Amino acid sequence: MNAYMAYKVSTQTTLAMFRNKTFTVRRRFSDFLGLYEKLSEKHGPNGFIVPPPPEKSILGMTKVKVGKDDSSAADFVERRRGALERYLQRVVNHPSLLQDPDVREFLEREELPRAVSTQALSGAGFLKMINKATDAVSKMTIKMNESDVWFEEKLQEVESADQHFRKLHTLVESLVIHRKELSLNTASFAKSAAMLGSAEDNTALSRALSQLAEVEDKMEQLHQDQAANDTFSFAELIADFIRLLGAVRGSFDQRMKAWQRWQDAQAMLQKKRETEAKLLWANKPDKLQLAKEEIAEWEAKVTQYERDFERVSATVRKEVIRFELIKYWEAFLPEAKAIA
Amino acid sequence: MRSVSVDLNNDASLLIDIPDALCERDKVKFTVHTKTTLSTFQKPEFSVPRQHEDFIWLHDTLVETEDYAGLIIPPAPPKPDFESPREKMHKLGEGEATMTKEEYAKMKQELEAEYLAVFKKTVQVHEIFLQRLSSHPMLSKDRNFQIFLEYDQDLSVRRKNAKEMFGGFFKNMVKSADEVLISGIKEVDDFFEQEKTFLLDYYSKIKDSTAKAEKMTRSHKSTTWNFFYLFIFLTLKLGKLSDLFEKLRKVEGRVASDQELKLTELLRYYMRDIQAAKDLLYRRARALADYENSNKALDKARLKSKDIPQAEEHQQQCLHKFDKLSESGKRELTGFKGRRVVAFRKNLIEMAELEIKHAKVSNIMTGSHAERTHTLLD
Repeated sequence: MNAYMAYKVSTQTTLAMFRNKTFTVRRRFSDFLGLYEKLSEKHGPNGFIVPPPPEKSILGMTKVKVGKDDSSAADFVERRRGALERYLQRVVNHPSLLQDPDVREFLEREELPRAVSTQALSGAGFLKMINKATDAVSKMTIKMNESDVWFEEKLQEVESADQHFRKLHTLVESLVIHRKELSLNTASFAKSAAMLGSAEDNTALSRALSQLAEVEDKMEQLHQDQAANDTFSFAELIADFIRLLGAVRGSFDQRMKAWQRWQDAQAMLQKKRETEAKLLWANKPDKLQLAKEEIAEWEAKVTQYERDFERVSATVRKEVIRFELIKYWEAFLPEAKAIA
Repeated sequence: MRSVSVDLNNDASLLIDIPDALCERDKVKFTVHTKTTLSTFQKPEFSVPRQHEDFIWLHDTLVETEDYAGLIIPPAPPKPDFESPREKMHKLGEGEATMTKEEYAKMKQELEAEYLAVFKKTVQVHEIFLQRLSSHPMLSKDRNFQIFLEYDQDLSVRRKNAKEMFGGFFKNMVKSADEVLISGIKEVDDFFEQEKTFLLDYYSKIKDSTAKAEKMTRSHKSTTWNFFYLFIFLTLKLGKLSDLFEKLRKVEGRVASDQELKLTELLRYYMRDIQAAKDLLYRRARALADYENSNKALDKARLKSKDIPQAEEHQQQCLHKFDKLSESGKRELTGFKGRRVVAFRKNLIEMAELEIKHAKVSNIMTGSHAERTHTLLD
């Protein structure tokens, strides 16, 4: 028998598409990953920004362990719970994704069929996937025309935001380290100060002194411990946001892919036309018929792919505008105050 | 601001301060200003320029003076140390090309503030040294002290002569023989036996506390600098929540420097002070050893019936010296203990109050920011 952690997912809704107004289900971590896989397959190629899956690895991007309780079960579960909640919030806040039956099923259905092969899909795996796709896309020869300037600018913004947030993450991570060090050093000093106080000649005054020093420094140590933990949470939030930026980049890549498909089809159509011209010259009636059929096929494809590209472009544009409205407020939630 | 509290000279007959100082590359030039009603000085008010090495010369000549063997000589001020801000300034220069103008300007500002803090600290420590001397009934009358305050020429010639005379011999001897001699001697006086036990134990504990306090404030400084980089980054690149970070950094920075000034300096100062008290114990222990040796020599002389009067006189001299040292030492150590407890207590309380104040400010601030973020989300 396998023991696993199940998370309670509670929904409160007034939407008609759900059977009840309030309901609760239990989901495993792999169920969340499975949901992402389905959504990404269906909506990714259409240019939607599919929210990134929650972190699978314990440390993820933030490589620093904080405090003695960091590896404790309670702490880990709480962090994961937070991450899963943020993920679901993003999914249901997306007007198109909310309409997806898989999302409804995830929230409503009692028993969910087990998700398979979700290893590639979380945390570092997710970003690696995005990066590979981006590399492949940049290898394509892409020529921009005027209508693409808006996309070019937006992509620049996303990439520069990615750079900045990565640097921010590094800074916050080193802050975690420093705070942890400070907390250790403060504790060590408190002990030493207490010993010094006791070495003082035994008057009531000296005992009061040593107590004062000890209590004050213990307070400071607790404060630093808490600060280190909060800074760690802040670092996680930033890492989360960096993954979200990755998803945005992903949607740009999908648009590129659609464009490339259209271009390739046009190139193919051109080739077929040239073949037809050659065959006309050579006067081979059967082959000519085949060539004409192929031309028709590719003309249809070109039209289809052009329409696809336009559709995907429109979706990406809408998505990016929607993303801009929420990105900063989402990233700097009240958690930011916690690093104080 | 007086952070390390010692008995400042309240006696208006001799008032000393260091109103300003110059920093020329590696050297710091202090302006020592004296106001006096004593007739031993040529003028009622005057100033002279002095370097750190001049202070060391003065301290060393006092230590080497036999007449002061029974006194606790105030510890010499430590050498000005601009290593940390200078290193950072160097790194800043290297990284200038990769920074924006604003980033560079802000970092330079921070570094200059740190530089200034070190500067203020060293001025204070040199000033306190002189004020300890001027408030001591015997040391304030010392001829070399007067020369230090008054002589309007360069002291470096005198410094060189002094070095040739003593060659730092005594200092080296003290360092190596110190602990062994003090602990080895058979103590006849309960007071000194107690003092010895207490001072040796206390010294090792205060040394440990000083080291740990230094480590803690270094950590605090790194955290503050980290906050600072974070702040610059957020302001310039993202323009969000930067004012919150700035406030936080100011609080953290102030806490770090207050801790440094009050606690670490306090500990460091009294560690050196206790070393000075230990030096006194050492000198007395040496005098006792000399006396015991002279007793043995007298016995030998009596046995051989040779040079008895010289041996007797030598023994008397040693006894007299030892008694004088004991009497003066007892007075000094008792006074020292009282002063130290009072100063320690005062500074620790001030520091605790400051920390509580900062904790409150910190909490108040983050509370109001949380409100602000919620309004934005709505």
